[in-house]
Amino acid sequence: MSEYFFISLAAIVAIGVVAVLLLLSTILGPRNPNRAKLTPYECGIIPQEEAKGRYPVRFATLAMLFIIFDIEVVFMYPWAVSLGELKLFGLLEMVVFIAILGIAYIYIWGRGGLEWD
Amino acid sequence: MEHIPSPTVDLVSLAPVLVLSVFAMMVLLVDLYVKRDKTLVIFISLVGLLMTAISAFAKFDLPVHSFNDSYVVDELSVFFIMIFTLSSALAILLSIDYNKREGIRMGEYYSLILLCTVGMILLASSTDMIMIFLGIEIVSICLYVLAGIRRSDPKSNEAALKYFLLGAFATGFLLYGMTLVYGATGTTKLGLIAELIREEQIASKPLMLMGIVLLIIGFGFKVASVPFHMWAPDVYHGAPTPVTAFMAVGPKAAAFAAFFRVFAEAMPVLSPSWESLLCIVAVLSMFIGNVGAIMQTNIKRLLAYSSVSHVGYILIAVIAKNSLGSSSLVFYMLAYAFMIFGAFGIVILIGRKENEMLEIADYSGLAYKHPLMAISMSVFLLSLGGMPPLAGFVAKFYIFSAAIKEGFVTLVVLAVLNSVISFYYYLKVIVYMYMKEPEGEFQISLAPMTVFVVVIAMVGTAGLGIFPDPILYFTQH
Repeated sequence: MSEYFFISLAAIVAIGVVAVLLLLSTILGPRNPNRAKLTPYECGIIPQEEAKGRYPVRFATLAMLFIIFDIEVVFMYPWAVSLGELKLFGLLEMVVFIAILGIAYIYIWGRGGLEWD
Repeated sequence: MEHIPSPTVDLVSLAPVLVLSVFAMMVLLVDLYVKRDKTLVIFISLVGLLMTAISAFAKFDLPVHSFNDSYVVDELSVFFIMIFTLSSALAILLSIDYNKREGIRMGEYYSLILLCTVGMILLASSTDMIMIFLGIEIVSICLYVLAGIRRSDPKSNEAALKYFLLGAFATGFLLYGMTLVYGATGTTKLGLIAELIREEQIASKPLMLMGIVLLIIGFGFKVASVPFHMWAPDVYHGAPTPVTAFMAVGPKAAAFAAFFRVFAEAMPVLSPSWESLLCIVAVLSMFIGNVGAIMQTNIKRLLAYSSVSHVGYILIAVIAKNSLGSSSLVFYMLAYAFMIFGAFGIVILIGRKENEMLEIADYSGLAYKHPLMAISMSVFLLSLGGMPPLAGFVAKFYIFSAAIKEGFVTLVVLAVLNSVISFYYYLKVIVYMYMKEPEGEFQISLAPMTVFVVVIAMVGTAGLGIFPDPILYFTQH
């Protein structure tokens, strides 16, 4: 139980510090809103258009394709740890797994999934 | 460090899954390089299905358990693999001319049907709830895409979206049910669950009962039983017609196989707690399916509601839970495959490019113009209703006798009553075909492959009805 006590102590302290800081800055901080301060991005550049406009989500496809290889690597970690025990069979299994992912990759490539336009 | 038990790998018993997966990937790759002509892709798919059916017989001395008791090859799974490969092959044959007509040019279509079949085989052969879940997911994901494959058609999009949202929701229920059963028993293996729940202490846990209810909801959705059937008419209507026929047979059979394994094989001890619930679901499915079908004017929706009512009949086989139940279940699914593919084959033949002719009124006077087609449609519909001497009658007869043997007389009486109700709407279509004047022109081009499927279905429907003995012998031994 003792380790939980320290974890919860740390959590309480963390929450407390954040709460106190937020409270102090709202009470003590000066407040003078002006036009430049209220723009969505305080970077000095005037916004060109509404942020609500439509834009192509092509990157979403790429992000989805990325997941395949993400999972591949995640899967490889436990495999690498236990490879000593799995021996040749484990190696062959991983080769098959990567070959299947390779087919998916060839498919994506051939279908034009990686082309930007 | 705790030692991880390495699974008992038995690739030979996994042969059907492996063969079909390899062929599905081959289809995917070949389609990349042979863009125009789909003949090669279709040929590879059909060869793959044939090889899968053959490889299902790789094991003797059934049942063979492997992969730490999570995969089994037994008579039930071998027979179901036959049904799956048959229905997928028929779906692909039906698609050839249909896809040309409707402009579906994606080779992924065939690959998805094969992958869906892989999922169905896993589903019918798993004895572990995790594997059942994986199988259901493989099947469902392929079906979501197949339902929406006509991307330019809003109906098809609607079907895919509805199916996806509701399907994902139902999968949640299924998984939650599995979690609760795991919580109560401490294992996901069906064999172990069957032993553990013999103890009163585990069997009477509220967790277990909650899990069973949630499992029924999950499976009930996947097989489209009332009250989880609302998606079926819309999805069946919007999906491309060969996909509709495929959905009504293959994946449904697979879900029933898992249903049977979980309830009738693993939990017969607990039957007092799930039997009455399934009886209610079965009776509701029959009544609401049949009454719903009466009100339809669209042939695809009519067949969708009729399939809901058939789910009610098939559930009786699960409730009967004896060996006669399992053999009548596979016989029913086989007979149902022939009837459904035949009926949808005719629906595809009657349609043309701009007008799919899906209204029942479109069938007016078909018998005067195309008597052979009207006769075959009538045979399929009467068989669906359960008219002797067709396949549908024998199938129903065996399910009902399995239930009578277990003493479910009231249930069977209600089911027979429902068969009578169902004749009303099957006969309605026949009345339109034979007793009404033709309204418009029929422009029917007899696409050879579709006709071939209808002929196979006809032989199957009549053959199983007149000579059911050989197949029944197989299902019982």
